[in-house]
Amino acid sequence: MKPVLLTEVLVDPTRAARLSMAEWDLLIRQGRRANLLSRLAWALQPDLDHLPPAPRLHLSAALQVARRQGDATRWEVNRIQAALAPLGLTPILLKGAAYLLAERVASAGRIFGDVDILVPRDRIDAVEEALLAHGWRFSDELTPYDQRYYREWMHEIPPLGHEDRGTALDVHHTILPPTARVRVNTAALFDDTRAVAGQPGVRVLAPTALFLHSATHLFHEGELDKGLRDLFDLDALIRELGRDPSFWAGLVPQARHLGLMRPLFHALRYTTRHLGTPVPTQVLAEARAAAPSWLTLHLLDFCYDRALRPVHASCDDAFTPLARLAVYVRSHWIRMPTGLLIQHLVRKAWKRLQPEPKEPDHG
Amino acid sequence: MKLADLGAAALHDLLRRGTLTLHTPPFVVRLRSDIARVGDDLLHLYPNFELADEAGFADFHLEVNRVPGLRRWMKPMARFGSDGEAAFSTLPAEQAFHMIEWGLNWAVTSSAHHFLLYHAAVLERDGMALMLPAPPGSGKSTLAAALAHRGWRLLSDELALYNPRSRLVQGMARPVNLKNAAISLIREFAPDAVMTAPVPDTAKGTLALMRAPGDSVARVLEPARPAWIVMPRYVAGSSPLLVPMAKARMLLLLAEQAFNYEVHGRDGFNATGDLVDACSCHEFSYSRLDDAVHAIDALAALPS
Repeated sequence: MKPVLLTEVLVDPTRAARLSMAEWDLLIRQGRRANLLSRLAWALQPDLDHLPPAPRLHLSAALQVARRQGDATRWEVNRIQAALAPLGLTPILLKGAAYLLAERVASAGRIFGDVDILVPRDRIDAVEEALLAHGWRFSDELTPYDQRYYREWMHEIPPLGHEDRGTALDVHHTILPPTARVRVNTAALFDDTRAVAGQPGVRVLAPTALFLHSATHLFHEGELDKGLRDLFDLDALIRELGRDPSFWAGLVPQARHLGLMRPLFHALRYTTRHLGTPVPTQVLAEARAAAPSWLTLHLLDFCYDRALRPVHASCDDAFTPLARLAVYVRSHWIRMPTGLLIQHLVRKAWKRLQPEPKEPDHG
Repeated sequence: MKLADLGAAALHDLLRRGTLTLHTPPFVVRLRSDIARVGDDLLHLYPNFELADEAGFADFHLEVNRVPGLRRWMKPMARFGSDGEAAFSTLPAEQAFHMIEWGLNWAVTSSAHHFLLYHAAVLERDGMALMLPAPPGSGKSTLAAALAHRGWRLLSDELALYNPRSRLVQGMARPVNLKNAAISLIREFAPDAVMTAPVPDTAKGTLALMRAPGDSVARVLEPARPAWIVMPRYVAGSSPLLVPMAKARMLLLLAEQAFNYEVHGRDGFNATGDLVDACSCHEFSYSRLDDAVHAIDALAALPS
C-alpha cells in the first residue's frame, strides 16, 4: 500500500522541511482525522517557527488544545483522588492519564478524552457510591440492558460523567472483559505499581505492565479511528522505556505472568512493521512464541495494515472497508464466547431496527 | 481571479470535483458539493471573493452532498462533512448552503485558536470596531445588517476574530444570516440588499442569507480596533434605550459567548479583560431599525 505521509513525517520529522504546500494540505488533514495533529506539532516543535504560516497556525492551535486538556486532566485526577481518598483506596490510572501523570513522552501533544482508572473489584460498589456523592453521574440514556451488560459482562461499570465539569470517567476492575478469550491475571496487575510525581494518592502500572495494557487495549479494540494514535503511543513507550535494559529483560516474563503474550506479539509486530520501532531481536524471537498460525497472521496483517491508518480517503484502498469490518467483528469475537456474542449482536441489531429510544453504542 | 469571473458552468464543475478553493480571509476553504443550488448561492453571495490555488494549502475542506437512496426522489436530503467526517444530522437539501455556512463557522471555532473567538457581530467605522455580542434571538444579525447599509462596514455577523497580540479584530465579510421577520424587515429597510431565496420550514424557521454589502469585501483584510461593545436586545415596541453596562458584566458575557475561551486559559481571561477595558460598554434595547441606527451613530459620535 501507498505509505501514509503523516506516518512518514512523525517517524522522520526532518521531512517537514521539504514538503510542498499540497503535501502540507494533506499532512494537516491526515493529522486531524487521526487525532495526531497536536502530536505532529509536538514532533515539529523545534522548527515550528520556520514552517509555512498557514499550516503552522493549525499545528500551534492543536498543541494549545492538547496543553489545556493536559491541565484539565491533571485537575480531574486530583478531584478523583479527593473523592476516593476517604475510602483509603489508591486508584491506578490507565492510558492517557497515566502517561500524563507519569510524565511519559507518549503524553506529549496527546489529545485526552476520558480518564480511566483501575480499582479492585471488591471495592467497586464503594467507589461508585463515592463518585456519585461527588457529582459524577451515569448517562440518562442508560437502559436496564446497558446496566446489566456492563455489570455482568464488562471489565468496567457504565461510563460516568461529571455534572459540573462535563468530564468523562471510566472505572475498571480489570483490563479486559471477564468473558474475553485472553485470561488476564488481574491480581498481578495490582502487585507492581508506581507513585507519580506531584499527585499523591494515585498510582500507575509499572513500565512493562503499562506497555502491555496499552497493547491489550489496542488489539481488542473494534473501532480504530484512533488506532494510529494508539500505535504511536506504543512506539513512544518502547522508545522511552526501552532505554532501560530491565524493561526488555522483564517484558516477556511479565507478559507470560499477566497472560498477555498475544497482545504483546501484536504490539511488537505492528509497531516494528508500520513505524520501524526499535525492538531487540531476542525479544521479537521470544514474543513469536505467541504468534498465531501462518494463515491467521496473514489475515491479521491484511486487516491491521489497513485499519491502523488514519480514517481519511487518502489512506484507503478498495479493501479498507472490509478490513475495518473484519477488525470490528474480531474484537467482538475475542471479547465474548460465541453464545453470548450472538445474543448480544442480535439484541443490538433488534434495537437498531426500533426507531426510539436510541441505545448507546458499546463498540 | 474572483469567483464571479469563473462563470457558472466552471464553478459548478469545480464544486462537483471538490477543487473549488475560495479565499475567505483570513482562511482558505476548499468546497465540494453535488447540489446545484450550493453553486448558485455561492455565486450570489461571494462573487467578489478571490479564488485560491486549487492544489495549494486549504485551512478547511468542507462538503455537502445529497444523501443517496430512493428517498432523494421524494424529499432530497443533504449531509455535511468536514474532510469526509460527517458532522450535524442530515437536513433537507434546500438547506445545503446554510450547512456550508454553519460548517465553516464550526470549522473556524474548532481550530482557529490564534484568535479569541467571540460570538458577536462586528462593524467598523473610521478604523474603530463596534462589537455586538449577544445570545441567539437578540436581533444581533438584524441590527448588523441594518448598520451595514448605513455607513458601517460589516466585518462579521456571527464571529468576532480577536487577535489578542495586536488587539485588533479581523473580519470575514461573509453573508449575514437572517431569520423569519428579519428577512422582510431588512428588505424594506435596505431595498438594494442582495439576498438568497428564503428557505421556509427549517428548525430555526425561515432562513435567508444577505450578501455583505458595500466595500466590506474589498476591505476585508483591514482589521479594526475595538472601541464599543454593545449587547443588543430586540424588545417589541420599545424606544431605543442605550445604558452603560458594568465592565465586569460585559467580561462575563464575552466569556460566556466565546467559542474557545477555555483553550486560552488565563491568557484568555486577561485578553478579554483588556478588551473590555479598552471599550465603552453598553446594553441596548430597541425595536425600530431606523431609531436603532441613530442611537448607535450617536454613541459612535461621542468622544471615546
